[in-house]
Amino acid sequence: MNTSGQIETYGYHDLSALMTRMTGDEKHSFSATSTLDVLWVLYDRVLQVDPADPDWADRDRFILSKGHGPMAYYAVLAAKGFITADVLDGFGQHDSILGQHPDRTLVPGVEISSGSLGHGLPIATGLAHGLRIKESGSRVFCLLGDAEFDEGSNNEAIEIAGRLGLGNLTAIVIDNQSTSHGWPGGIASRFEVEGWTSASVDGRDHEEIEMGLLDRKPGIPHALVAKVESK
Amino acid sequence: MNMRERFIDVTTALLDENERVALILADISNANFRDSGARERHPDRVVNMGIREQQMIGFAAGMAAAGFRPIAHSYTPFLIERPFEQIKIDFSHQDLGGILVSIGASYDASASGRTHQSPGDVALMSTLPDWQIGVPGHADEVESMLRDAVAGTGRHYIRLSDETNESAITTPGISVVRSGSPGSPTILAVGPTLAPALEATSDIDVTVLYTNQARPFARKGLAAMVGGQEMVLIEPYLAGTLAAEVSAAVIATPHRLLSLGVGHDEFRKYGTGQEHRAGHGLDAAGIRRSLESFIEVLA
Repeated sequence: MNTSGQIETYGYHDLSALMTRMTGDEKHSFSATSTLDVLWVLYDRVLQVDPADPDWADRDRFILSKGHGPMAYYAVLAAKGFITADVLDGFGQHDSILGQHPDRTLVPGVEISSGSLGHGLPIATGLAHGLRIKESGSRVFCLLGDAEFDEGSNNEAIEIAGRLGLGNLTAIVIDNQSTSHGWPGGIASRFEVEGWTSASVDGRDHEEIEMGLLDRKPGIPHALVAKVESK
Repeated sequence: MNMRERFIDVTTALLDENERVALILADISNANFRDSGARERHPDRVVNMGIREQQMIGFAAGMAAAGFRPIAHSYTPFLIERPFEQIKIDFSHQDLGGILVSIGASYDASASGRTHQSPGDVALMSTLPDWQIGVPGHADEVESMLRDAVAGTGRHYIRLSDETNESAITTPGISVVRSGSPGSPTILAVGPTLAPALEATSDIDVTVLYTNQARPFARKGLAAMVGGQEMVLIEPYLAGTLAAEVSAAVIATPHRLLSLGVGHDEFRKYGTGQEHRAGHGLDAAGIRRSLESFIEVLA
């Protein structure tokens, strides 16, 4: 909090320092850093959200389905002013609002509580459909991991999103090649066969990520596969 | 009109009356809602997921997050058991409201075998602290229960059955159906077990109580109505599901509790629902046998 009562905000180059304030979940450090650049581009360039009014009705909805390793997510939320940076120091502690998986009832700006894999995209399809019925201009973005993609529930959601033509839905798959059995034909093809458009980008290149998210056809769900370094 | 037919009629009316209501299906009853006209009149709010039950629950939760009042519906094992983690995470953990309505109960699909039977559904849902679980005993109770659920904001599970009582009891909590003399045994019948319970006890001095609300259980109501020390709980699902609730309700009174319900072991028989009811000792004759071995006055 600064002297004017506003939550202090930070830039991209502060994210690493913010992340180091969170300890105790080092086993998921790699998972966290794999999402960092996509999260930054989303919150810095794409999402229509307001940290001063996290429940703003017309906001875009971002769903972190891959709730493991949320340190990058929390760092970006702090950088953008949804939470104060000092909250990061309590990460994982008993009275903290920041757990090793996010809780929507505790953290401003968090749309779903995640951790168990394969839940985000099905929820995102219902949310996108409901917003479309309401003729809302809000968009829904859902971030998954390539290993999370193993969960069969994601395939049910991909199929339905294609049939319903959810043009306000974007799925982002962070591909750090951590899935156990690989994806013959590539991850993007799993979406395309169900009627989605897709783009595959360098998950560290901010321009590519932004273009990959925004350059899309109307009336069709869109998938972005963001490839980053493997573990 | 049976419970399922009443559910389809009432839900169709609710879709007409309230633009916040959405119905999410997984093929089961999809044709019924075509015939009711609901699909044609509300193509955006009657959404069939196909045979994708995990997706049905997740999608319904997403619609709740968008401000709708979703009703998800299927056979009991496919609505409750298969996507149970979605119910736990997508509704309870997110603190989102919604309504689940099942058909099939414990053994309505008796000839279909175990895959279509789910006597453990109420026990399973009872592990989640924040669901209101309704077990209607008559089609008229389905209507009031469903309308109340839609009007609220919470999480409801309504369990429909082919079995039915003679008439509806829509009084909330626990009702006295027949009063025995002071100190006589108390029988609490849940949902459609009331009809065989009344038949089994027509000539004996017992108090018969009724509830169609498994959770939250009306502990105070029961405590005020219990007379004697002998209690019998009759449930149309897994035996003993509400036993801890009953015991907690009458903790101030020394008592003996007999829990009747569907047996824990798999019942590897086909045939009719009546045969399954008898096989679990839940028909009038079976209830009578259990009472005679439990209550000394009948021995």
